[in-house]
Amino acid sequence: MHIVILGNGIAGVTCALGVRRRLPQARITLVSGESDAFFSSTALMYVFMGHMRLRDTEPYERRVWDEQRIERVRGWVGAVDVVNARLEFTDGRTLPWDKLVLATGAQPNRFGWPGQDLPGVQGLYSVQDLEALEASSRGLKRGVVVGGGLIGVELAEMLHSRGVDVTILAREPRYWSNALPGREADLVGRVIERAGVQVRYGTELQAIEAGSNGRAAEVVTRAGDRLACGLVGLTAGVSPNVSALSNGAVPTRRGVLVNTRLETRVEHVYACGDCAEITEDNAESGRVEQLWYTGRAQGEIVAANLAGEGRTYARGVWFNSAKFFDLEWHTYGEVDPAPVVRAGERHLWWSDPSGLHALRIVERDGAVTGMNSLGWRQRQDVWTQWIEARRPVEAVLKELARASFEPEFARRFEAAVRQGGQWLQAGEST
Amino acid sequence: MSVRTPDAVGAIGAVGVALGLAQMGAALLGAPMAGYTGAGLALCLVPLVVGGLIRAVAPYWGTTPGIKNDGVHHAPSQSRGWPAWLLGVVITAFYCAVYWAPAQLVGLMNLVTPLYAALTGKAPALATVEGVRAAGWDPRQWFLYGLLYTVAVVVMGARMAMRYRHSRYQLARTASVCFFQLTFGFLVPQLLQAFQQPEFYFTYFWPLKKEYLFPSDLRGLVEQGTLGVFMAYWGVLMALVAVPVLTYFYGKRWYCSWVCGCGGLAETAGDPWRHLSSKSLAAWRFERWSIHGVLVLITLTTGLVWANSAAQGQVLGHASSTATHWYGFLVGAVLSGVVGVGFYPLLGTRVWCRFFCPQAAILGLLQRFFSRFRITTNGGQCISCGNCSTYCEMGIDVRAYAQRGANIVRASCVGCGVCAAVCPRGVLRLENGATSGDRFPLSDKPLHALMEALRK
Ligand SMILES: Cc1cc2nc3c(=O)[nH]c(=O)nc-3n(C[C@H](O)[C@H](O)[C@H](O)COP(=O)(O)OP(=O)(O)OC[C@H]3O[C@@H](n4cnc5c(N)ncnc54)[C@H](O)[C@@H]3O)c2cc1C
Ligand code: SF4
Repeated sequence: MHIVILGNGIAGVTCALGVRRRLPQARITLVSGESDAFFSSTALMYVFMGHMRLRDTEPYERRVWDEQRIERVRGWVGAVDVVNARLEFTDGRTLPWDKLVLATGAQPNRFGWPGQDLPGVQGLYSVQDLEALEASSRGLKRGVVVGGGLIGVELAEMLHSRGVDVTILAREPRYWSNALPGREADLVGRVIERAGVQVRYGTELQAIEAGSNGRAAEVVTRAGDRLACGLVGLTAGVSPNVSALSNGAVPTRRGVLVNTRLETRVEHVYACGDCAEITEDNAESGRVEQLWYTGRAQGEIVAANLAGEGRTYARGVWFNSAKFFDLEWHTYGEVDPAPVVRAGERHLWWSDPSGLHALRIVERDGAVTGMNSLGWRQRQDVWTQWIEARRPVEAVLKELARASFEPEFARRFEAAVRQGGQWLQAGEST
Repeated sequence: MSVRTPDAVGAIGAVGVALGLAQMGAALLGAPMAGYTGAGLALCLVPLVVGGLIRAVAPYWGTTPGIKNDGVHHAPSQSRGWPAWLLGVVITAFYCAVYWAPAQLVGLMNLVTPLYAALTGKAPALATVEGVRAAGWDPRQWFLYGLLYTVAVVVMGARMAMRYRHSRYQLARTASVCFFQLTFGFLVPQLLQAFQQPEFYFTYFWPLKKEYLFPSDLRGLVEQGTLGVFMAYWGVLMALVAVPVLTYFYGKRWYCSWVCGCGGLAETAGDPWRHLSSKSLAAWRFERWSIHGVLVLITLTTGLVWANSAAQGQVLGHASSTATHWYGFLVGAVLSGVVGVGFYPLLGTRVWCRFFCPQAAILGLLQRFFSRFRITTNGGQCISCGNCSTYCEMGIDVRAYAQRGANIVRASCVGCGVCAAVCPRGVLRLENGATSGDRFPLSDKPLHALMEALRK
């Protein structure tokens, strides 16, 4: 059996290794246009900033591919031909499959802004983006980053590390307020500005204008402000990459439609990772999960199902983490980012006077349902247990020290939370 | 590159370092400013240390606490460019001179003589090339070495502390290695001599200080009176009791990255190059053989020395002194000094500790099989970025464990904690709480696990 996996990101590679563990005989081919070796796209920023070389970001040693007998094909696929069960490369090559896994990842959003395709305008997602950024940032003085989210702050930090003057345009009134409640968003915004990056809130991009050299030279906002810059980073989210499916052979909506066993609507074709949209019973809004660990977990499920295990993808208690300059963020469970506390909920909020350590615990109907922490590493297993067991906040507060994942000798905040934590009731601003 | 650093201040510091080095150069040529006096030494040490501290701290002054690895792989001095080679050659040359051609260092020995005299209470005449050649050595060659070593640890310790000041673990650890080097690694052994006591290093034990378990040395200590008896007991108890007990509770790190002077130098002066350690499989294979090979060598050598002593030199003739001599040359000089430190800028900081140190071999075996220490991972939070593996000075592929949520239990881990510090997702934590047989597969049967590992 020949299993072809289109995309060598975390989803595709996890799937390939998972298949090999289960099916020693299968022929496995990994296809990618981006790079020969699987690298960690989450680490692109560190390569640019000189913390690592691209090679250092490869999660597996290169000998693994031969040892695991995983064939690798480099090239861009223009179309997926389901009738003949083969991939068609843009250079004319074809590759037949018995089973196909789509793990094509995502693409930075471009919302049809005038000038969005000018040289000097780019996203941050692939190795190619990194190379373009390297070229554009030589002698660069000012950059504008469009989109105040996770990749936006990373791009800002990258440019800032090279002495570039950076401005972030954020559509929302606070930093990343479609994921962070009010107080966290404020603290994060403050950290970013303290680092020397300007954030313009409530500002949307209208157009990008070229200079005399044909490269992006100025950004125009909806309000009509003009910002001169030599580089425009587009980081207003990503969408599933379904470019190879434009012939409609495999049904897509936002992403490649799959059921919870991650099977597409076409037999023998699966999808996982950033490109997949999971819908139970064809429900209106499917789930698109574009994170490292969800890609890994989905890749593992597809591998299991290729081996006939018939498993369903159940994500479990949500978690995520990120870093905004030097401020680390952990989240477990569900935290509603709405600007006011929802009915039926109350939140315990605590923050250190420095603004560099904070904790929010969300309680709904008497049970802990989620948390955010800033500058305070928290244990996943402990919070997951608490959330699954629907523990009351009082019990959690008593045992809070158990959840700390801070290094030895670190300052302890548990007592401060118990004494100084502030209850935010339904209707109060978050 | 970024222009956030107060460059001007750093430049002043660099001038200080240059002045100190110039005075050393002048001393080597036999004509230091103010001669071989206290003032002459001050003209070297004050600008060297003060300038060094300024230079070390300035780039981080006024920055927010946090990881400071911007540009590490772009700097030629930190990525095997020509400055790294130059520095490697200079350090190697210095080590060669200290070990095998001390007569070349007469000028420097005389420069440090005032401090040597003040600390040891001795009043040696100025050293001469002929005198040192004739004697083959001079105690001041080791004093000079110890002094420069200590300066390097303290100055670069300040740099390390500034870089990692957001982590109290790093601050405590850095303070600890600086303290132990300054006191027990340098001042105490000198001061002991002022009080007519043996020059004794309380922070080194067999097999790092192999003599501390040699019969002749033990006898020698005991003959020196009460303190000597204490030292003899200290050496034996530390090597045989304290090492296993402390390692059981805290892991290898209590020694390697809190106390030891070799570790101290690596963690301070060596920090700019920690990412250069090889993560290849070949390096790991070599390491397993080399480090345990040295342990076997020193154990055999010590055994020979005892056997010889028991037989009063009748049976083995010169075998044990020959073995001791060659071990001292190969392991003590070539591997720990020339290769171990001289290659810092090219092969990373812990070349000696990782590949050759017999103390590390013992601590490592204990840590791997008979200890509570492990690095735990925080569920599924790892994003496989690779910072942890890159900055592991021992060449451990930390990420390989972290990305599958496994504990990191490795003999070589010195518990420096830098992986946990650089991890952008808070995935790693050094722990030594009680374990319930979940450190590694078979950790409830350590002896069995050890046998399995040997069979591999
Ligand atoms: C800068 C950045 C930072 C991030 N930080 C985090 C983070 O901190 N935490 C987190 O959880 N997530 C983070 N993410 C998201 C995370 O990296 C993605 O969710 C994950 O990499 C998706 O993996 P994937 O395997 O689905 O797709 P990808 O890694 O995108 O892999 C898809 C591969 O398919 C190839 N491909 C696609 N179409 C074709 C074609 N037609 N022909 C040939 N090859 C094709 C692509 O070239 C690519 O190599 C970050 C992403 C970026 C870009
Ligand atoms: S540094 Fe942290 S997130 Fe990155 S690979 Fe290591 S453990 Fe994973």
